[in-house]
Amino acid sequence: MQEFLNNIIPNLMGKLPTFYQSIMDTLIMAGWSGAISFVLGLVLGLAIIVTKPGGILQNNVLFQVLDKIINFFRSIPFIILLTGVMPLSRLIMGTAIGVEGAIVPLVFGTVPFFSRQIESALAEIDHGLIEAALSMGSSPLEIIFRVYLKESIAGIARGTTITAISLLGLTAMAGVVGAGGLGDFAIRYGHDRNMTDVTYVTIIVLVLTVSAIQLLGNYVAKKNTH
Amino acid sequence: MIELTNISKTFGPGPGQVEAVKDVTLSIEKGKIFGIIGFSGAGKSTLVRCINLLESPTKGTVVVDRQELTSLSSKELRAARKRIGMIFQHFNLMRSRTVFGNVAYPLHGSGLSKKDIAKKVRSLLRLVDIAEKEKAYPSQLSGGQKQRVAIARALANDPKVLLCDEATSALDPQTTNAILHLLKRLNEQMGITVVVITHEMAVVKEICDRVAVMEKGQVVEEGEVFSIFANPCQPVTKDFIRTTSNLQKIDELLKYNSPVAQLKPGELIVKLFYVQKNVSEPLISTVSRKFDLDLNIIFSDIEIVQNAPIGGTVAIISGEQRQIEKAMEYLIEKNVGVEVIADARVSE
Ligand SMILES: Nc1ncnc2c1ncn2[C@@H]1O[C@H](COP(=O)(O)OP(=O)(O)OP(=O)(O)O)[C@@H](O)[C@H]1O
Ligand SMILES: [Mg+2]
Repeated sequence: MQEFLNNIIPNLMGKLPTFYQSIMDTLIMAGWSGAISFVLGLVLGLAIIVTKPGGILQNNVLFQVLDKIINFFRSIPFIILLTGVMPLSRLIMGTAIGVEGAIVPLVFGTVPFFSRQIESALAEIDHGLIEAALSMGSSPLEIIFRVYLKESIAGIARGTTITAISLLGLTAMAGVVGAGGLGDFAIRYGHDRNMTDVTYVTIIVLVLTVSAIQLLGNYVAKKNTH
Repeated sequence: MIELTNISKTFGPGPGQVEAVKDVTLSIEKGKIFGIIGFSGAGKSTLVRCINLLESPTKGTVVVDRQELTSLSSKELRAARKRIGMIFQHFNLMRSRTVFGNVAYPLHGSGLSKKDIAKKVRSLLRLVDIAEKEKAYPSQLSGGQKQRVAIARALANDPKVLLCDEATSALDPQTTNAILHLLKRLNEQMGITVVVITHEMAVVKEICDRVAVMEKGQVVEEGEVFSIFANPCQPVTKDFIRTTSNLQKIDELLKYNSPVAQLKPGELIVKLFYVQKNVSEPLISTVSRKFDLDLNIIFSDIEIVQNAPIGGTVAIISGEQRQIEKAMEYLIEKNVGVEVIADARVSE
Protein backbone atom coordinates (compact mmCIF):
# COMPACT_ATOMS: atom_id res chain seq x y z
CA MET A 1 0.00 0.00 0.00
CA GLN A 2 2.67 2.43 1.13
CA GLU A 3 4.66 1.56 -1.93
CA PHE A 4 1.68 1.96 -4.19
CA LEU A 5 1.00 5.44 -2.83
CA ASN A 6 4.65 6.37 -3.11
CA ASN A 7 4.40 5.43 -6.73
CA ILE A 8 1.34 7.33 -7.77
CA ILE A 9 1.55 10.39 -5.48
CA PRO A 10 5.27 10.67 -4.76
CA ASN A 11 5.39 14.40 -4.08
CA LEU A 12 2.48 14.37 -1.67
CA MET A 13 3.91 11.43 0.24
CA GLY A 14 7.03 13.48 0.76
CA LYS A 15 4.99 16.35 2.22
CA LEU A 16 2.63 14.42 4.44
CA PRO A 17 3.12 16.45 7.66
CA THR A 18 2.59 19.72 5.76
CA PHE A 19 -0.44 18.19 4.07
CA TYR A 20 -2.02 17.21 7.39
CA GLN A 21 -1.21 20.63 8.81
CA SER A 22 -2.97 22.24 5.82
CA ILE A 23 -6.06 20.17 6.40
CA MET A 24 -6.04 21.18 10.06
CA ASP A 25 -5.56 24.84 9.16
CA THR A 26 -8.45 24.73 6.74
CA LEU A 27 -10.68 23.06 9.31
CA ILE A 28 -9.72 25.55 12.01
CA MET A 29 -10.28 28.55 9.75
CA ALA A 30 -13.55 27.24 8.38
CA GLY A 31 -14.74 26.03 11.77
CA TRP A 32 -14.13 29.24 13.68
CA SER A 33 -15.23 31.66 11.02
CA GLY A 34 -18.16 29.37 10.19
CA ALA A 35 -19.36 29.25 13.79
CA ILE A 36 -19.05 33.01 14.23
CA SER A 37 -20.67 33.69 10.86
CA PHE A 38 -23.52 31.32 11.65
CA VAL A 39 -24.49 33.24 14.76
CA LEU A 40 -24.00 36.70 13.23
CA GLY A 41 -25.71 35.78 9.97
CA LEU A 42 -28.66 34.27 11.79
CA VAL A 43 -29.09 37.38 13.91
CA LEU A 44 -28.74 39.67 10.89
CA GLY A 45 -31.10 37.62 8.72
CA LEU A 46 -33.68 37.61 11.51
CA ALA A 47 -33.20 41.33 12.08
CA ILE A 48 -33.79 41.99 8.39
CA ILE A 49 -36.95 39.88 8.33
CA VAL A 50 -38.56 41.32 11.44
CA THR A 51 -37.73 44.97 10.69
CA LYS A 52 -38.91 44.74 7.07
CA PRO A 53 -42.02 46.73 6.14
CA GLY A 54 -44.86 44.55 7.41
CA GLY A 55 -42.56 42.65 9.79
CA ILE A 56 -43.36 41.98 13.43
CA LEU A 57 -40.91 44.65 14.64
CA GLN A 58 -41.13 46.90 11.63
CA ASN A 59 -38.39 49.54 11.74
CA ASN A 60 -37.57 51.14 8.47
CA VAL A 61 -34.40 52.93 9.57
CA LEU A 62 -32.80 49.81 11.00
CA PHE A 63 -33.94 47.76 8.02
CA GLN A 64 -32.44 50.19 5.50
CA VAL A 65 -29.17 50.41 7.40
CA LEU A 66 -28.75 46.64 7.69
CA ASP A 67 -29.80 46.11 4.10
CA LYS A 68 -27.25 48.63 2.82
CA ILE A 69 -24.44 47.29 5.00
CA ILE A 70 -25.05 43.76 3.77
CA ASN A 71 -25.10 44.91 0.16
CA PHE A 72 -21.93 46.92 0.71
CA PHE A 73 -19.92 43.98 1.98
CA ARG A 74 -21.40 41.61 -0.54
CA SER A 75 -20.12 43.71 -3.38
CA ILE A 76 -16.46 43.58 -2.28
CA PRO A 77 -14.53 40.70 -3.86
CA PHE A 78 -13.06 38.50 -1.15
CA ILE A 79 -9.50 38.91 -2.29
CA ILE A 80 -9.79 42.67 -1.71
CA LEU A 81 -11.66 42.21 1.54
CA LEU A 82 -8.78 40.06 2.79
CA THR A 83 -6.38 42.97 2.75
CA GLY A 84 -9.00 45.63 3.36
CA VAL A 85 -9.95 44.42 6.84
CA MET A 86 -6.38 43.88 7.98
CA PRO A 87 -6.42 46.81 10.41
CA LEU A 88 -9.62 45.52 11.95
CA SER A 89 -8.12 42.05 12.14
CA ARG A 90 -5.14 43.42 14.01
CA LEU A 91 -7.49 45.20 16.39
CA ILE A 92 -9.65 42.18 17.14
CA MET A 93 -7.29 39.24 16.82
CA GLY A 94 -4.01 40.99 17.55
CA THR A 95 -2.65 39.87 14.20
CA ALA A 96 -3.56 40.22 10.55
CA ILE A 97 -1.70 37.18 9.32
CA GLY A 98 -1.82 33.44 9.75
CA VAL A 99 -4.87 31.38 10.62
CA GLU A 100 -6.01 33.93 13.24
CA GLY A 101 -5.58 36.77 10.80
CA ALA A 102 -7.82 35.02 8.27
CA ILE A 103 -10.80 34.63 10.56
CA VAL A 104 -11.96 38.25 10.51
CA PRO A 105 -11.93 38.57 6.70
CA LEU A 106 -13.59 35.17 6.38
CA VAL A 107 -16.36 36.30 8.72
CA PHE A 108 -16.78 39.51 6.74
CA GLY A 109 -16.87 37.53 3.53
CA THR A 110 -19.38 35.01 4.82
CA VAL A 111 -21.86 36.87 7.04
CA PRO A 112 -23.47 39.02 4.34
CA PHE A 113 -23.98 36.00 2.08
CA PHE A 114 -25.24 33.84 4.92
CA SER A 115 -27.64 36.48 6.25
CA ARG A 116 -29.20 36.67 2.78
CA GLN A 117 -29.56 32.88 2.84
CA ILE A 118 -31.24 33.10 6.23
CA GLU A 119 -33.42 35.95 5.04
CA SER A 120 -34.69 33.92 2.11
CA ALA A 121 -35.23 30.83 4.28
CA LEU A 122 -37.29 32.87 6.75
CA ALA A 123 -39.15 34.67 3.98
CA GLU A 124 -40.50 31.30 2.84
CA ILE A 125 -42.62 31.10 5.94
CA ASP A 126 -46.22 31.82 5.14
CA HIS A 127 -47.23 35.15 6.62
CA GLY A 128 -50.41 33.45 7.76
CA LEU A 129 -48.40 31.56 10.38
CA ILE A 130 -47.10 34.80 11.82
CA GLU A 131 -50.65 36.16 11.90
CA ALA A 132 -51.90 33.03 13.62
CA ALA A 133 -49.14 33.35 16.23
CA LEU A 134 -49.97 37.04 16.76
CA SER A 135 -53.65 36.19 17.10
CA MET A 136 -52.71 33.70 19.84
CA GLY A 137 -50.96 36.45 21.76
CA SER A 138 -47.35 35.43 21.01
CA SER A 139 -44.68 38.04 21.70
CA PRO A 140 -42.13 39.00 19.02
CA LEU A 141 -39.44 36.97 20.78
CA GLU A 142 -41.71 33.94 20.93
CA ILE A 143 -42.53 34.33 17.25
CA ILE A 144 -38.83 34.50 16.39
CA PHE A 145 -37.91 31.34 18.28
CA ARG A 146 -41.08 29.29 18.12
CA VAL A 147 -42.28 30.15 14.64
CA TYR A 148 -39.58 31.68 12.42
CA LEU A 149 -36.65 29.53 13.56
CA LYS A 150 -38.60 26.38 14.32
CA GLU A 151 -40.46 26.44 11.02
CA SER A 152 -37.42 27.14 8.87
CA ILE A 153 -34.92 24.59 10.20
CA ALA A 154 -34.89 22.84 6.82
CA GLY A 155 -34.37 26.11 4.94
CA ILE A 156 -31.66 27.21 7.36
CA ALA A 157 -29.92 23.84 6.94
CA ARG A 158 -29.93 24.31 3.17
CA GLY A 159 -28.61 27.87 3.45
CA THR A 160 -25.94 26.73 5.89
CA THR A 161 -24.82 24.00 3.51
CA ILE A 162 -24.41 26.40 0.62
CA THR A 163 -22.60 28.89 2.80
CA ALA A 164 -20.29 26.28 4.35
CA ILE A 165 -19.26 25.12 0.92
CA SER A 166 -18.61 28.65 -0.26
CA LEU A 167 -16.69 29.35 2.95
CA LEU A 168 -14.46 26.36 2.23
CA GLY A 169 -13.74 27.99 -1.12
CA LEU A 170 -12.87 31.28 0.56
CA THR A 171 -10.38 29.63 2.91
CA ALA A 172 -8.39 28.59 -0.16
CA MET A 173 -7.64 32.26 -0.76
CA ALA A 174 -6.57 32.90 2.80
CA GLY A 175 -3.05 31.85 1.85
CA VAL A 176 -2.64 35.44 0.69
CA VAL A 177 -2.35 36.50 4.33
CA GLY A 178 -0.20 33.50 5.12
CA ALA A 179 -2.94 31.49 6.71
CA GLY A 180 -1.98 28.23 5.07
CA GLY A 181 -4.66 25.70 4.50
CA LEU A 182 -5.37 23.35 1.63
CA GLY A 183 -5.71 26.02 -1.01
CA ASP A 184 -2.36 27.52 -0.15
CA PHE A 185 -0.83 24.02 -0.08
CA ALA A 186 -2.11 23.21 -3.56
CA ILE A 187 -0.92 26.51 -5.02
CA ARG A 188 2.46 26.43 -3.35
CA TYR A 189 3.39 22.87 -4.28
CA GLY A 190 0.91 21.73 -6.88
CA HIS A 191 1.11 24.84 -9.02
CA ASP A 192 4.30 26.70 -8.21
CA ARG A 193 6.46 23.57 -8.11
CA ASN A 194 4.48 21.70 -10.66
CA MET A 195 3.66 18.78 -8.36
CA THR A 196 0.40 17.85 -10.06
CA ASP A 197 -0.28 14.94 -7.73
CA VAL A 198 -0.54 17.42 -4.84
CA THR A 199 -3.16 19.36 -6.74
CA TYR A 200 -5.18 16.27 -7.52
CA VAL A 201 -5.14 14.90 -4.00
CA THR A 202 -6.14 18.31 -2.65
CA ILE A 203 -9.00 18.36 -5.09
CA ILE A 204 -10.09 14.91 -3.96
CA VAL A 205 -9.99 15.94 -0.30
CA LEU A 206 -12.03 19.06 -1.05
CA VAL A 207 -14.57 17.16 -3.13
CA LEU A 208 -15.01 14.63 -0.33
CA THR A 209 -15.42 17.40 2.26
CA VAL A 210 -17.96 19.25 0.14
CA SER A 211 -19.88 16.01 -0.44
CA ALA A 212 -19.90 15.30 3.28
CA ILE A 213 -21.21 18.78 4.06
CA GLN A 214 -23.86 18.46 1.37
CA LEU A 215 -24.97 15.05 2.63
CA LEU A 216 -25.20 16.29 6.19
CA GLY A 217 -27.15 19.37 5.08
CA ASN A 218 -29.56 17.30 3.03
CA TYR A 219 -30.07 14.93 5.94
CA VAL A 220 -30.89 17.70 8.40
CA ALA A 221 -33.19 19.39 5.87
CA LYS A 222 -35.00 16.14 5.16
CA LYS A 223 -35.36 15.27 8.84
CA ASN A 224 -37.04 18.62 9.39
CA THR A 225 -39.43 18.61 6.46
CA HIS A 226 -42.87 17.27 7.26
CA MET B 1 -69.51 41.05 23.94
CA ILE B 2 -67.95 42.89 21.01
CA GLU B 3 -68.57 46.60 20.49
CA LEU B 4 -67.11 48.21 17.41
CA THR B 5 -67.64 51.95 17.37
CA ASN B 6 -67.02 54.10 14.31
CA ILE B 7 -64.26 51.83 13.01
CA SER B 8 -62.41 53.07 9.94
CA LYS B 9 -59.32 51.57 8.41
CA THR B 10 -57.35 53.23 5.64
CA PHE B 11 -54.39 51.52 4.02
CA GLY B 12 -51.45 53.38 2.61
CA PRO B 13 -50.56 57.04 2.49
CA GLY B 14 -51.26 59.55 -0.22
CA PRO B 15 -53.48 59.30 -3.25
CA GLY B 16 -53.21 55.51 -3.69
CA GLN B 17 -54.78 54.81 -0.33
CA VAL B 18 -57.64 52.37 0.17
CA GLU B 19 -60.41 52.95 2.64
CA ALA B 20 -61.06 49.31 3.45
CA VAL B 21 -63.48 49.93 6.32
CA LYS B 22 -65.56 53.06 6.65
CA ASP B 23 -67.17 54.11 9.89
CA VAL B 24 -68.54 50.74 10.98
CA THR B 25 -70.45 50.46 14.22
CA LEU B 26 -71.48 46.97 15.27
CA SER B 27 -72.56 45.34 18.45
CA ILE B 28 -72.21 41.60 18.78
CA GLU B 29 -74.09 39.93 21.59
CA LYS B 30 -72.55 37.35 23.88
CA GLY B 31 -73.13 33.72 22.93
CA LYS B 32 -74.39 34.51 19.44
CA ILE B 33 -73.10 33.44 16.07
CA PHE B 34 -72.69 36.60 14.08
CA GLY B 35 -72.15 36.53 10.33
CA ILE B 36 -70.43 39.16 8.22
CA ILE B 37 -71.08 38.69 4.54
CA GLY B 38 -69.91 40.64 1.54
CA PHE B 39 -68.34 40.24 -1.86
CA SER B 40 -64.58 40.07 -2.31
CA GLY B 41 -62.88 43.29 -1.30
CA ALA B 42 -65.83 44.51 0.76
CA GLY B 43 -63.56 44.84 3.79
CA LYS B 44 -64.75 41.85 5.82
CA SER B 45 -61.31 40.52 6.66
CA THR B 46 -60.04 43.96 7.53
CA LEU B 47 -63.00 44.52 9.84
CA VAL B 48 -62.64 41.20 11.63
CA ARG B 49 -58.90 41.73 12.00
CA CYS B 50 -59.71 44.98 13.73
CA ILE B 51 -61.49 42.98 16.43
CA ASN B 52 -58.24 41.44 17.71
CA LEU B 53 -56.21 44.38 16.46
CA LEU B 54 -54.20 42.36 13.96
CA GLU B 55 -55.09 45.46 12.01
CA SER B 56 -55.21 48.59 14.10
CA PRO B 57 -58.11 50.78 13.04
CA THR B 58 -57.31 54.26 11.82
CA LYS B 59 -60.32 55.53 13.76
CA GLY B 60 -62.76 54.14 16.26
CA THR B 61 -62.74 51.93 19.31
CA VAL B 62 -62.88 48.19 19.83
CA VAL B 63 -64.29 46.78 23.04
CA VAL B 64 -64.23 43.03 23.62
CA ASP B 65 -65.62 41.61 26.84
CA ARG B 66 -65.81 45.06 28.43
CA GLN B 67 -62.13 45.73 27.74
CA GLU B 68 -61.20 48.51 25.35
CA LEU B 69 -58.50 46.89 23.24
CA THR B 70 -57.62 50.05 21.38
CA SER B 71 -56.19 51.58 24.56
CA LEU B 72 -54.06 48.65 25.78
CA SER B 73 -50.28 48.38 25.93
CA SER B 74 -48.79 45.74 23.66
CA LYS B 75 -48.31 43.38 26.60
CA GLU B 76 -51.90 43.78 27.75
CA LEU B 77 -53.05 43.35 24.17
CA ARG B 78 -51.22 40.03 23.93
CA ALA B 79 -53.00 38.84 27.06
CA ALA B 80 -56.32 39.99 25.62
CA ARG B 81 -55.67 38.19 22.34
CA LYS B 82 -55.39 34.89 24.19
CA ARG B 83 -59.07 35.32 25.00
CA ILE B 84 -59.95 35.82 21.33
CA GLY B 85 -59.44 32.76 19.16
CA MET B 86 -59.08 33.06 15.41
CA ILE B 87 -59.22 30.60 12.53
CA PHE B 88 -58.32 31.23 8.92
CA GLN B 89 -59.19 30.18 5.40
CA HIS B 90 -55.83 28.49 4.92
CA PHE B 91 -55.68 27.04 8.44
CA ASN B 92 -52.20 28.44 9.15
CA LEU B 93 -50.92 25.39 10.99
CA MET B 94 -47.22 25.01 11.65
CA ARG B 95 -45.84 22.35 9.34
CA SER B 96 -42.95 21.47 11.60
CA ARG B 97 -45.22 20.58 14.51
CA THR B 98 -47.52 17.63 14.90
CA VAL B 99 -51.22 18.08 15.54
CA PHE B 100 -50.43 17.79 19.23
CA GLY B 101 -47.63 20.34 18.93
CA ASN B 102 -49.82 22.81 17.09
CA VAL B 103 -52.55 22.70 19.70
CA ALA B 104 -49.98 22.85 22.51
CA TYR B 105 -48.32 25.92 20.97
CA PRO B 106 -50.55 28.58 22.59
CA LEU B 107 -50.41 26.81 25.97
CA HIS B 108 -46.67 27.38 26.29
CA GLY B 109 -46.06 29.85 29.09
CA SER B 110 -49.61 29.54 30.38
CA GLY B 111 -48.34 28.22 33.71
CA LEU B 112 -49.67 24.72 33.08
CA SER B 113 -47.36 21.78 33.74
CA LYS B 114 -46.33 19.56 30.86
CA LYS B 115 -48.75 16.92 32.04
CA ASP B 116 -51.64 19.38 32.27
CA ILE B 117 -50.85 20.72 28.81
CA ALA B 118 -50.99 17.18 27.40
CA LYS B 119 -54.28 16.59 29.14
CA LYS B 120 -55.74 19.82 27.85
CA VAL B 121 -54.52 19.21 24.29
CA ARG B 122 -56.07 15.75 24.25
CA SER B 123 -59.38 17.00 25.53
CA LEU B 124 -59.40 19.74 22.88
CA LEU B 125 -58.63 17.20 20.18
CA ARG B 126 -61.49 15.04 21.41
CA LEU B 127 -63.77 18.07 21.43
CA VAL B 128 -63.18 18.64 17.72
CA ASP B 129 -63.22 14.90 16.90
CA ILE B 130 -59.66 14.50 15.75
CA ALA B 131 -58.04 12.73 18.70
CA GLU B 132 -56.72 9.91 16.53
CA LYS B 133 -54.51 12.27 14.50
CA GLU B 134 -52.53 13.53 17.47
CA LYS B 135 -49.16 12.45 16.08
CA ALA B 136 -49.80 13.39 12.45
CA TYR B 137 -48.21 16.38 10.75
CA PRO B 138 -50.46 18.95 9.01
CA SER B 139 -49.25 17.76 5.60
CA GLN B 140 -50.85 14.40 6.36
CA LEU B 141 -54.30 15.87 7.01
CA SER B 142 -57.23 16.78 4.79
CA GLY B 143 -58.52 20.35 4.71
CA GLY B 144 -61.39 19.59 7.06
CA GLN B 145 -59.07 17.87 9.51
CA LYS B 146 -56.66 20.80 9.39
CA GLN B 147 -59.46 23.19 10.20
CA ARG B 148 -60.47 21.03 13.18
CA VAL B 149 -56.91 21.23 14.47
CA ALA B 150 -56.92 24.99 13.92
CA ILE B 151 -60.16 25.25 15.87
CA ALA B 152 -58.71 23.20 18.74
CA ARG B 153 -55.66 25.47 18.75
CA ALA B 154 -57.82 28.59 18.75
CA LEU B 155 -59.76 27.24 21.73
CA ALA B 156 -56.70 26.31 23.78
CA ASN B 157 -56.77 29.34 26.05
CA ASP B 158 -60.54 29.13 26.62
CA PRO B 159 -61.39 32.22 24.60
CA LYS B 160 -64.69 34.03 24.93
CA VAL B 161 -64.75 34.87 21.23
CA LEU B 162 -63.89 32.89 18.12
CA LEU B 163 -63.22 34.82 14.90
CA CYS B 164 -63.53 32.81 11.68
CA ASP B 165 -62.22 34.43 8.51
CA GLU B 166 -63.58 32.40 5.58
CA ALA B 167 -62.97 29.28 7.66
CA THR B 168 -64.82 27.05 5.21
CA SER B 169 -64.00 28.71 1.91
CA ALA B 170 -61.27 26.22 1.06
CA LEU B 171 -63.43 23.19 1.85
CA ASP B 172 -65.88 21.10 -0.15
CA PRO B 173 -69.61 21.45 0.64
CA GLN B 174 -69.81 18.37 2.83
CA THR B 175 -66.76 19.28 4.88
CA THR B 176 -68.02 22.85 5.08
CA ASN B 177 -71.19 21.57 6.67
CA ALA B 178 -69.31 19.41 9.14
CA ILE B 179 -67.12 22.35 10.22
CA LEU B 180 -70.14 24.67 10.46
CA HIS B 181 -71.91 22.21 12.68
CA LEU B 182 -68.82 21.87 14.82
CA LEU B 183 -68.80 25.65 15.26
CA LYS B 184 -72.47 25.60 16.12
CA ARG B 185 -71.93 22.82 18.65
CA LEU B 186 -69.05 24.67 20.30
CA ASN B 187 -71.19 27.77 20.44
CA GLU B 188 -73.98 25.86 22.15
CA GLN B 189 -71.77 23.78 24.47
CA MET B 190 -69.36 26.48 25.58
CA GLY B 191 -71.40 29.61 25.00
CA ILE B 192 -68.55 31.05 22.96
CA THR B 193 -69.38 34.06 20.79
CA VAL B 194 -68.56 33.31 17.15
CA VAL B 195 -67.96 35.80 14.37
CA VAL B 196 -68.14 34.21 10.93
CA ILE B 197 -66.88 35.96 7.82
CA THR B 198 -68.06 34.55 4.55
CA HIS B 199 -69.09 35.32 1.03
CA GLU B 200 -71.58 32.47 0.99
CA MET B 201 -75.13 33.10 2.12
CA ALA B 202 -75.51 29.36 2.69
CA VAL B 203 -73.04 29.62 5.58
CA VAL B 204 -75.03 32.42 7.18
CA LYS B 205 -78.25 30.50 6.69
CA GLU B 206 -76.77 27.39 8.22
CA ILE B 207 -75.49 28.70 11.55
CA CYS B 208 -75.80 32.44 12.10
CA ASP B 209 -78.19 34.22 14.44
CA ARG B 210 -77.52 37.67 13.08
CA VAL B 211 -75.80 38.93 9.99
CA ALA B 212 -74.22 42.14 8.78
CA VAL B 213 -73.92 42.76 5.05
CA MET B 214 -70.85 44.68 3.96
CA GLU B 215 -70.32 46.59 0.77
CA LYS B 216 -67.42 48.90 -0.08
CA GLY B 217 -66.20 49.04 3.50
CA GLN B 218 -69.56 49.78 5.04
CA VAL B 219 -72.16 47.72 6.82
CA VAL B 220 -75.23 48.38 4.68
CA GLU B 221 -77.67 46.09 6.40
CA GLU B 222 -77.70 44.24 9.70
CA GLY B 223 -80.27 42.16 11.51
CA GLU B 224 -81.60 38.79 12.53
CA VAL B 225 -80.88 36.22 9.84
CA PHE B 226 -84.52 35.28 9.34
CA SER B 227 -85.71 38.82 8.84
CA ILE B 228 -82.82 39.63 6.51
CA PHE B 229 -83.81 36.61 4.44
CA ALA B 230 -87.50 37.43 4.55
CA ASN B 231 -87.21 41.14 3.90
CA PRO B 232 -83.88 42.08 2.38
CA CYS B 233 -83.66 45.82 1.77
CA GLN B 234 -80.36 46.44 0.03
CA PRO B 235 -79.62 45.29 -3.52
CA VAL B 236 -76.44 43.47 -2.33
CA THR B 237 -78.43 41.55 0.22
CA LYS B 238 -80.96 40.56 -2.42
CA ASP B 239 -78.11 39.43 -4.65
CA PHE B 240 -76.76 37.23 -1.89
CA ILE B 241 -80.13 35.73 -1.13
CA ARG B 242 -80.70 35.01 -4.78
CA THR B 243 -77.55 32.88 -4.71
CA THR B 244 -79.11 30.48 -2.22
CA SER B 245 -82.73 30.43 -3.31
CA ASN B 246 -84.18 28.76 -6.36
CA LEU B 247 -87.34 30.81 -6.23
CA GLN B 248 -86.06 33.22 -8.87
CA LYS B 249 -85.92 30.42 -11.42
CA ILE B 250 -89.52 31.09 -12.27
CA ASP B 251 -88.38 34.21 -14.11
CA GLU B 252 -86.33 32.00 -16.39
CA LEU B 253 -89.22 29.63 -16.94
CA LEU B 254 -91.38 32.54 -18.01
CA LYS B 255 -88.72 34.08 -20.12
CA TYR B 256 -88.24 30.92 -22.15
CA ASN B 257 -91.97 30.21 -22.37
CA SER B 258 -91.66 26.93 -20.54
CA PRO B 259 -94.78 24.73 -20.86
CA VAL B 260 -95.10 24.53 -17.06
CA ALA B 261 -95.67 28.27 -16.94
CA GLN B 262 -98.32 28.53 -19.69
CA LEU B 263 -101.47 30.22 -18.51
CA LYS B 264 -105.02 29.81 -19.67
CA PRO B 265 -107.20 32.93 -19.70
CA GLY B 266 -108.24 33.87 -16.17
CA GLU B 267 -105.26 32.22 -14.49
CA LEU B 268 -102.33 33.84 -12.83
CA ILE B 269 -98.95 32.85 -11.43
CA VAL B 270 -98.20 34.01 -7.92
CA LYS B 271 -95.21 33.69 -5.69
CA LEU B 272 -96.11 33.09 -2.06
CA PHE B 273 -93.31 33.51 0.45
CA TYR B 274 -92.65 33.61 4.15
CA VAL B 275 -92.08 37.05 5.62
CA GLN B 276 -92.50 36.11 9.26
CA LYS B 277 -91.38 33.31 11.50
CA ASN B 278 -94.76 32.22 12.80
CA VAL B 279 -96.56 30.93 9.77
CA SER B 280 -97.62 27.39 10.45
CA GLU B 281 -101.12 26.87 9.00
CA PRO B 282 -101.61 24.72 5.93
CA LEU B 283 -102.34 27.81 3.87
CA ILE B 284 -102.45 26.33 0.40
CA SER B 285 -105.11 23.79 1.19
CA THR B 286 -107.04 26.29 3.29
CA VAL B 287 -107.08 28.80 0.45
CA SER B 288 -108.01 26.15 -2.04
CA ARG B 289 -110.92 24.94 0.04
CA LYS B 290 -112.14 28.23 1.40
CA PHE B 291 -112.23 30.09 -1.90
CA ASP B 292 -112.86 27.13 -4.17
CA LEU B 293 -109.69 27.67 -6.18
CA ASP B 294 -107.20 25.38 -7.89
CA LEU B 295 -103.62 25.95 -6.85
CA ASN B 296 -101.20 24.18 -9.09
CA ILE B 297 -97.78 24.33 -7.46
CA ILE B 298 -95.18 24.58 -10.17
CA PHE B 299 -92.21 25.31 -8.02
CA SER B 300 -91.33 25.36 -4.35
CA ASP B 301 -88.23 26.12 -2.34
CA ILE B 302 -88.59 26.06 1.39
CA GLU B 303 -85.92 25.53 3.96
CA ILE B 304 -85.40 25.98 7.62
CA VAL B 305 -83.53 29.02 8.89
CA GLN B 306 -83.25 29.63 12.62
CA ASN B 307 -85.79 26.87 13.17
CA ALA B 308 -88.42 28.50 10.99
CA PRO B 309 -89.35 27.78 7.41
CA ILE B 310 -88.26 30.31 4.83
CA GLY B 311 -88.62 30.48 1.07
CA GLY B 312 -91.84 30.01 -0.76
CA THR B 313 -93.89 28.52 -3.49
CA VAL B 314 -94.79 29.53 -7.01
CA ALA B 315 -98.26 28.38 -8.08
CA ILE B 316 -100.76 28.84 -10.86
CA ILE B 317 -104.11 29.93 -9.44
CA SER B 318 -107.27 29.35 -11.37
CA GLY B 319 -110.84 29.95 -10.35
CA GLU B 320 -113.38 32.65 -10.15
CA GLN B 321 -111.94 36.17 -10.41
CA ARG B 322 -113.53 37.56 -7.25
CA GLN B 323 -112.47 34.56 -5.23
CA ILE B 324 -108.89 34.94 -6.39
CA GLU B 325 -108.89 38.55 -5.20
CA LYS B 326 -110.27 37.50 -1.83
CA ALA B 327 -107.79 34.66 -1.48
CA MET B 328 -104.89 37.01 -2.04
CA GLU B 329 -106.20 39.43 0.57
CA TYR B 330 -106.61 36.54 2.97
CA LEU B 331 -103.00 35.42 2.45
CA ILE B 332 -101.64 38.90 3.00
CA GLU B 333 -103.64 39.08 6.18
CA LYS B 334 -102.00 35.84 7.27
CA ASN B 335 -98.57 37.46 6.83
CA VAL B 336 -97.65 35.69 3.66
CA GLY B 337 -95.82 37.61 0.98
CA VAL B 338 -97.76 37.58 -2.30
CA GLU B 339 -96.31 38.61 -5.61
CA VAL B 340 -98.12 38.26 -8.93
CA ILE B 341 -95.61 37.11 -11.50
CA ALA B 342 -97.81 36.61 -14.56
CA ASP B 343 -101.41 37.51 -15.06
CA ALA B 344 -103.77 36.17 -17.75
CA ARG B 345 -106.96 37.59 -16.27
CA VAL B 346 -109.04 39.72 -18.58
CA SER B 347 -109.22 43.23 -17.27
CA GLU B 348 -112.78 44.36 -16.85
N1 LIG C 1 -52.57 45.31 3.98
C1 LIG C 1 -53.25 45.96 3.05
N2 LIG C 1 -52.71 46.98 2.35
C2 LIG C 1 -53.39 47.66 1.42
N3 LIG C 1 -54.66 47.40 1.09
C3 LIG C 1 -55.28 46.40 1.72
C4 LIG C 1 -54.62 45.62 2.73
N4 LIG C 1 -55.48 44.69 3.19
C5 LIG C 1 -56.63 44.87 2.49
N5 LIG C 1 -56.51 45.90 1.62
C6 LIG C 1 -57.58 46.39 0.72
O1 LIG C 1 -58.73 46.62 1.50
C7 LIG C 1 -59.89 46.22 0.80
C8 LIG C 1 -60.68 45.24 1.63
O2 LIG C 1 -59.94 44.06 1.77
P1 LIG C 1 -60.42 42.83 2.64
O3 LIG C 1 -59.35 41.80 2.60
O4 LIG C 1 -60.86 43.31 3.97
O5 LIG C 1 -61.68 42.33 1.82
P2 LIG C 1 -62.57 41.04 2.04
O6 LIG C 1 -63.96 41.51 2.14
O7 LIG C 1 -62.04 40.22 3.15
O8 LIG C 1 -62.38 40.28 0.67
P3 LIG C 1 -62.20 38.73 0.37
O9 LIG C 1 -63.57 38.13 0.35
O10 LIG C 1 -61.58 38.72 -0.99
O11 LIG C 1 -61.31 38.15 1.42
C9 LIG C 1 -59.43 45.67 -0.53
O12 LIG C 1 -59.60 46.68 -1.49
C10 LIG C 1 -57.96 45.39 -0.30
O13 LIG C 1 -57.25 45.56 -1.49
MG1 LIG D 1 -61.08 38.29 3.29
